[in-house]
Amino acid sequence: MHMADALVAPAVAATMYVCSGGVAGFSVKKVRLESDPKKIPVMGVMGAFVFAAQMINFTIPGTGSSGHLCGGMMLTALLGPYAAFLTMIGVLLIQCLLFADGGLLALGCNIWNMAFYGCFLGYFLFWRPMMKKGMSRGKIVGASILGCVVTLQLGAFSVALETLASGITDLPFSVFVATMQPIHLVIGLVEGLITAAVLLFVYEARPEMLSCSEERAKSRFSFKKTIAILGIAALVIGGAVSLAASSNPDGLEWSMERLTGSTELENDGTGAHAAAEEIQEKTALLPDYGFKNSDSTFGTSFSGIAGSAVVLIVCVGACYAFRFFKKKKS
Amino acid sequence: MNKLGNALYEIHHMDMLAAKDQWVNRLHPLVKLVLTIVFLTVTMSFQKYDLTGLLRMGIYPIVLFIVGEISFCDSIRRLRIVLPLVCFVGLFNPIFDRQVIGYIGTVPLTAGMLSMVTLMIKGIYSVLAAYLLIATTSIEKICYALRLLHIPAILVTQVLLTYRYVTVLLEEANRMTQAYSLRAPNQKGVHFKVWGTLAGQLLLRSMDRANEVYESMTLRGYRGEFYYTAKEPCKAKDWLYLGVWLALFAVLKVTG
Repeated sequence: MHMADALVAPAVAATMYVCSGGVAGFSVKKVRLESDPKKIPVMGVMGAFVFAAQMINFTIPGTGSSGHLCGGMMLTALLGPYAAFLTMIGVLLIQCLLFADGGLLALGCNIWNMAFYGCFLGYFLFWRPMMKKGMSRGKIVGASILGCVVTLQLGAFSVALETLASGITDLPFSVFVATMQPIHLVIGLVEGLITAAVLLFVYEARPEMLSCSEERAKSRFSFKKTIAILGIAALVIGGAVSLAASSNPDGLEWSMERLTGSTELENDGTGAHAAAEEIQEKTALLPDYGFKNSDSTFGTSFSGIAGSAVVLIVCVGACYAFRFFKKKKS
Repeated sequence: MNKLGNALYEIHHMDMLAAKDQWVNRLHPLVKLVLTIVFLTVTMSFQKYDLTGLLRMGIYPIVLFIVGEISFCDSIRRLRIVLPLVCFVGLFNPIFDRQVIGYIGTVPLTAGMLSMVTLMIKGIYSVLAAYLLIATTSIEKICYALRLLHIPAILVTQVLLTYRYVTVLLEEANRMTQAYSLRAPNQKGVHFKVWGTLAGQLLLRSMDRANEVYESMTLRGYRGEFYYTAKEPCKAKDWLYLGVWLALFAVLKVTG
């Protein structure tokens, strides 16, 4: 479906360059916002993969012909629409320069016809809505086939429109469209099946590589969510579950009771031991996990919640301090 | 040689041509890129019946083939990709546009025939122009010129990396398909039962390679952008070369 320069008038080429350039600029901004330096090498290698994979002939059963992988749809499923679009631009530019597949002047048209529809419409119309509520083999096959068929149909229609607008052929628009669309329907179907086969393999082997995958969503660390969950858990455990805490002695106390007959060591009322106990009694806000001079069960709940909060504050504070000193050191 | 092998050969061949120490190769890449785009724009802007104007534009590829000492026969092979679609579109012109505009001997020449020929010449010129650019300028230099034109660094870096790894992954894909074809003789292409496995394996290997590439780049100081060690300014001869061609294109277009 690569358009040659000869099929495009300079005005049409310039218009399509502006359209594709606008989308490319937006994609660059989006990829930059992700601020993931790892993404660029991954995009580069994935571009090379698409290039190589498109040269493998996949036999179509029952026919003597072969099909190829649909780059746009596959990249968008793996990298997301913005990175996929930029990757496809690189692939199309190299194909045009090295293999004369498409032309320099028609590059804007080819980017629009193959990269824009495949990456953006393929993602926002099919891939994301279908994978929103979880992935399955059926959904991957459906999204791949639908995505490839529809985006290729749109691409082929755009080729006809751009050729018509360029005014270089006397072939009636209806005839051109009637020739292009059925051919690309079959091509889209085959490309969709090949893309589905590859994505299914990835889904089985490394599902986290697919965009919108549950695994990828799970792996996203949300600080606010984590703090909220921990806070609720601390409230429930410290406030409610602590009321049902066992009155039986713990392991150490049980051992001591077996040896000495009491769960606590008796002090002789002199020396450092007595002084330390006196300080502890005076400073302890919640002695024996309750309010001072009170047997209320509310004291136990309050102790649980307050203790959890203090532990949380100390831990978070320690983490921030560690990060601060690490940054300072580097 | 299969498709993958052909692609590998083509890339190595173009790399060798671009690395030649010719006068044209030493010109500033920005000048050559701009000239190619201007040439294509001017060529494609000729009316579909303006055969003489179009033929005169042939001076640009002819001069470059001679000065750059580039084989014309090698470039012809590239036409096999472009010409089918151009021919498909052009072949309908004689059918739908039958207005007779002259005679060659006793054979009538229709406007459709003329527009078909101009379309094919445009197709040939566009392929030759791109070929001459890549045969005299490496991808790295073209990317440098793109940066000078303020194309975002992310895009240019991505093109460079894709080009760098195209050969590596083509070789890998070639090895895999060769191993497959040895185990599945008399079979054309890859059987549908292993579509996913074969391409998927290549994909996973590519992803692992991407991670290794990223780690090695990080170890060498990569922080998200490539830096060019020295900026190469346009010299007087580059400006002169650009000026002469632009003036010639303007004359050919105005008098065409």
